[in-house]
Amino acid sequence: MKNPLSKNVVNIKPSGIRKFFDIVSEMKDAISLGVGEPDFDTPWHIREEGIYSLEKGRTFYTSNSGLKELKIEICNYLHRRFNLKYDYEREVLVTVGGSEAIDLAFRAMLNPGDEVLIPQPCYVSYHPCTLLAGGVPVVIELKEENNFKLTKEQLLAAITDKTKILVLPFPNNPTGAIMEYDDLKDLVDVIIEKDIIVVSDEIYAELTYGKNHVSIASFPGMRERTVVINGFSKSYAMTGWRLGYAVGPAMIIEQMTKIHQFAIMCAPTTSQYAAIEALRNGDSDVETMRDAYDKRRRFLVHAFNNMGLNCFEPFGAFYVFPCIKSLNMTSDEFATKLLMEEKVAVVPGTAFGDCGEGFLRISYAYSIENLKIATERIERFVNKIRKNQ
Amino acid sequence: MREKILAAIDKNSKLTAKDLATMLGSTEEEVSNIIRQMEEEHIICGYPTLINWDKVQCERVTALIEVKVIPQRGLGFDRIAERIYKFDEVQSVYLMSGGFDLTVIIEGKTLKEVANFVSAKLAPMEGVQSTATHFVLKKYKEHGLPLVEAKKDERMLISP
Repeated sequence: MKNPLSKNVVNIKPSGIRKFFDIVSEMKDAISLGVGEPDFDTPWHIREEGIYSLEKGRTFYTSNSGLKELKIEICNYLHRRFNLKYDYEREVLVTVGGSEAIDLAFRAMLNPGDEVLIPQPCYVSYHPCTLLAGGVPVVIELKEENNFKLTKEQLLAAITDKTKILVLPFPNNPTGAIMEYDDLKDLVDVIIEKDIIVVSDEIYAELTYGKNHVSIASFPGMRERTVVINGFSKSYAMTGWRLGYAVGPAMIIEQMTKIHQFAIMCAPTTSQYAAIEALRNGDSDVETMRDAYDKRRRFLVHAFNNMGLNCFEPFGAFYVFPCIKSLNMTSDEFATKLLMEEKVAVVPGTAFGDCGEGFLRISYAYSIENLKIATERIERFVNKIRKNQ
Repeated sequence: MREKILAAIDKNSKLTAKDLATMLGSTEEEVSNIIRQMEEEHIICGYPTLINWDKVQCERVTALIEVKVIPQRGLGFDRIAERIYKFDEVQSVYLMSGGFDLTVIIEGKTLKEVANFVSAKLAPMEGVQSTATHFVLKKYKEHGLPLVEAKKDERMLISP
């Protein structure tokens, strides 16, 4: 029999998270701080709108790029929140989660050999999606001393003649870092001068604390070279609805829509109706959840610093990224032992890139009660290691 | 800071001043002081526990009574409301707009006890014109919190 598999696919490393997931699943009654999704239920009025759409029999395909009302609401929302202006008819594509939009953006823009700059630690899909689209991933290792922000120097050092796309994954999963106005401003000149296209993954845009999210597309000269990716999963606690979107120049969105049309047809109709409600009447829900995350964030940063595990203050997403280098263990060792000995699951930083070594991703999408128990256990574990050193 | 503390303990009064200080970016001392002040000013009036009595082997009957009263000159509804809320059986008293004046929620051990209270104490009270008693069959949600089974975390243990 011929080898039935594609070399391209076989050569892609499975997600580092997968391995850990398998170990955790075996453990009974482990407490997990390992999820990348909100603990809140989708607000009831949004769910109710989804149910209502089913009752009314709205169970058909929508147009490829999404329901017109939804696209209009997306444009209103982006304008209201981030001062971005897009034409709902030609510059918006509703996708199956932000993940699909990432994949489409690469596939629509990359030619063989084109380089994609990927700042790590970051979400797991940019690297493999680049490879699947025939591109060449070029990793930029973000540094803790820069608060895990991308600096102009790092960007300049990574650019070659083949650089085509820069991925900007901020607010960042797993570090919680954000790029503020001045940080982005530093990059803009370089990006324009070197003629680079930005894929800005802003899925956590609503979850910033004390500082507002700034989109790079709002800078002069950037709108025409940026694809902004966002969605409903994190801000409205709608992960399972699988709904996201991409906005950008019509030329790019058109090609992304072409792939979407042949591969997916359209995003789930029920989810699209629910999402309209989310955008129209969901602002206060977002605020309530953000407020709850903020309290937990402070609690965790404090708890880790108290344990003597240096924890940089994250201003976005719902993760803290404490450093365990002082314990002379790898992230993998720490996470595995912590799970075995104290039954707490955390994700080793290495799951998000090699430069995540020495760090852990701890999610605070859990109740305070849960976080309290978990941090007590982690503290006990850390003290035990220190004693034996 | 007052509002922030109140919002935080509204649904969870078990949070300690220390935890609140961390969560709100303040100091333990400041939080303790503000809480004490608010207790003194009767902004915080108590720290009751939300109990689902249906799950305990212990009979309890709750009734909601619509009461029509004649307000007193110079005192309005306050006097009669006070006479009503001083009974231990009475859980809540609200002055209402609309078809009746007071909502009185009372709790008793048995239906008879509640009936007795209404017929012997409440209805004959001077100023009370009429009462309509509604018995509670089941409580689903109170103080913004559902009383049904605690929700289980059904998320995958690890996800990117």
